Amino acid sequence: MALDQSFVGRTYPATEPYEVGREKIREFAESVGDANPAYTDPEAARALGHPDVIAPPTFVFAISFRAAGLVIRDPQLGLDYDRVVHGEQKFAYTRPVVAGDRLTVTSTIESIKSLAGNDVVMVRGEVHDADSLHVVTVHTKLVARAAEEA
Amino acid sequence: MATTVSYDAVEVGTELPAQSFPVTRATLVRYAGASGDFNPIHWNEKFAKEVGLPDVIAHGMFTMAEAIRVVTDWAGDPAAVIDYGTKFTKPVVVPNDDKGATVEVSAKVAAKLDDEARTVRVDLVAMSDGQKVLGMARAVVKLA
Repeated sequence: MALDQSFVGRTYPATEPYEVGREKIREFAESVGDANPAYTDPEAARALGHPDVIAPPTFVFAISFRAAGLVIRDPQLGLDYDRVVHGEQKFAYTRPVVAGDRLTVTSTIESIKSLAGNDVVMVRGEVHDADSLHVVTVHTKLVARAAEEA
Repeated sequence: MATTVSYDAVEVGTELPAQSFPVTRATLVRYAGASGDFNPIHWNEKFAKEVGLPDVIAHGMFTMAEAIRVVTDWAGDPAAVIDYGTKFTKPVVVPNDDKGATVEVSAKVAAKLDDEARTVRVDLVAMSDGQKVLGMARAVVKLA
């Protein structure tokens, strides 16, 4: 099923702020076995010039993907959620995510393509802090695989 | 930014220390909890097979998180990574045994992008079970 091209450019409302906690960053770093002290030791992070512990480069995906749920589950767009896989991922940082940040995400549909029966949707998430300053742009390619029976 | 790697000291072709990362079912359960991604293809073998996968597979984002450690460990300050992207080309299949799978990551400096901003592009290769699991995995790193 081809998706409606008129959704390209659609921007969804900004999410409620997500407050980044030190212990959440620690939990994430430990889950990938990463012992870099910048993630767990505020003193070590400050020695590198950061105000508090920072998050690993891919941490923010957990926040942006939740925001992208507005797109994935938009009944008007009609993406087949059960068949969605992650095709590509990119992060472009202005500054690292730091413990204590209150981050909002604004998701925009950048493109919609149909390739060999698969629906391919590019979603851009703009992540801003409590001062409305840019932190990171997150690009996520979602692929809804064609149903085998079709 | 406080990386200790000097822009002037690296050249195109400079190799970063390679690393290999073990992945077991327990690793994936832990990552699911930490990341909030509870898709059953990452922990439920029956479900994974029903949707046509060979077995439980690792989260693509888990593999992406492991791969960049080769760069952040090299740079020292993880914030030196200012841009990072990849395609998810093949799944990392994780069998239900005590060995699980392994992701082997190598990386090298592919280009010196900007002499003033002191940025380089690092290209990464991530292999599991003899297959490339990430495609076009690239990071832009700001050096000292």
